[in-house]
Amino acid sequence: MKKITLPLTREAIENLTAGEGVLLSGVLLTGRDCAHKRICEYLDRGENLPFSLAGETIYYAGPCPAPEGKACGSCGPTTSARMDSFAPRLLDLGLKGMIGKGERSEEVCDAIVRNRAVYFAAIGGAGALYGNAVKKSELVAFPDLLSEAVYRFEVKDFPCVVAIDCKGGNIYKK
Amino acid sequence: MRRIHSSEIENAVYALTKEACLGLIPSCKAALERAADEEKGESAKFALDTLLQNAEIAKQENMAVCQDTGYAVVLAEIGQDVQIEGELFADAVNAGVRRAYEDFCFRKSICDPLTRVNTADNTPAAIHTELTAGDKIRLTFLPKGFGSENMSRIYMLTPAKGTEGVIDAIVETVRLAGSKPCPPVYVGVGIGGTFDGCALLAKKALTREVGSHNPRKDVAEIEERALKKINELGIGPQGFGGQTTAIGVSCEIAPTHIAGLPVAVNIQCHCVRCAKTTI
Repeated sequence: MKKITLPLTREAIENLTAGEGVLLSGVLLTGRDCAHKRICEYLDRGENLPFSLAGETIYYAGPCPAPEGKACGSCGPTTSARMDSFAPRLLDLGLKGMIGKGERSEEVCDAIVRNRAVYFAAIGGAGALYGNAVKKSELVAFPDLLSEAVYRFEVKDFPCVVAIDCKGGNIYKK
Repeated sequence: MRRIHSSEIENAVYALTKEACLGLIPSCKAALERAADEEKGESAKFALDTLLQNAEIAKQENMAVCQDTGYAVVLAEIGQDVQIEGELFADAVNAGVRRAYEDFCFRKSICDPLTRVNTADNTPAAIHTELTAGDKIRLTFLPKGFGSENMSRIYMLTPAKGTEGVIDAIVETVRLAGSKPCPPVYVGVGIGGTFDGCALLAKKALTREVGSHNPRKDVAEIEERALKKINELGIGPQGFGGQTTAIGVSCEIAPTHIAGLPVAVNIQCHCVRCAKTTI
């Protein structure tokens, strides 16, 4: 499988095609339902976010607490569709990658192409495998959201499938 | 009259929570292995192989097999000849859930529906009790993930819809869910009863072994025909396309009103986790 480094480069994104398997290594942010809502509340108020989204990849996930000696507990992807109403706004602010599971709305597909971004599908349910691929975890924002807070993960060989590429190729629309 | 102390119930729920969240039930694992052998598409195969590898890692590393360690659903059959001493039954169940989710690093996923503030200990559990004959307590623990719960539906069909209507409702629910609930799914179906009772039947159906059949022949036929139709949808593992969109359909049935034909379809992801014990 193709090895890809995070944060994503423009060149790497242009060379990804829907359907191909990839191993992601590097740095990403986690964020799911409540974190997305809060990010958009910051934007609505015209305030700066406590972290930058430019060039970042967001993993739609809420991990289990880390057992002793591990960076992270079980941590598979959650259903991406619940983030569809927020994602175009984040992509327009420079977000380059999303990792989750399942299909996306037309609006998200359009925003991916418009912003030359990419959506990866992780394998839903493989929580232990993904948790083990997290080598470092650091809390970035919103600690009151517990598992829904934003964490920065350093991951190694995170197996995914390119689900929607920057040219509009879409594994769910075969 | 047999006396059972609430601490025994708490300890039993604690042990069931641990057992259920750490691994797939064997009939689910076997179904995934079969599917991995049969699927031809590269992405579908990759998804299933990853899931089987994940189950091994969870076992070796003592980690939750899926991070969504779910809403703690507890089905309790309480013998009429049992007297529970100590705490209230529900308090004992919740104490077992609270302690297990903390001790085994399971995710706490329960929150206020409006403020979204997390209860921080995965309680309250969803407890369904039923009085039965005898002097034992039978407990079933089902950690229910919500990616799949979100895709579940209830239909209040007219009696004229009949068996075909029931099958159509099951297949439509899976079709509308698409790639979202982590296919291949396990489909629990309630047929009959009331609006609420039908949903509970569907939940109970999910505690059956994958591949098992309802003892009533006409109901078992619905299970088989619905499964065949679902696997013709082509959604496949993780929605990547393929012939395994569901690993099983499990139906439970109860009498209903002359005016109605309720059908509840409760979707379970491929991560079928369940543990049972008798006190």
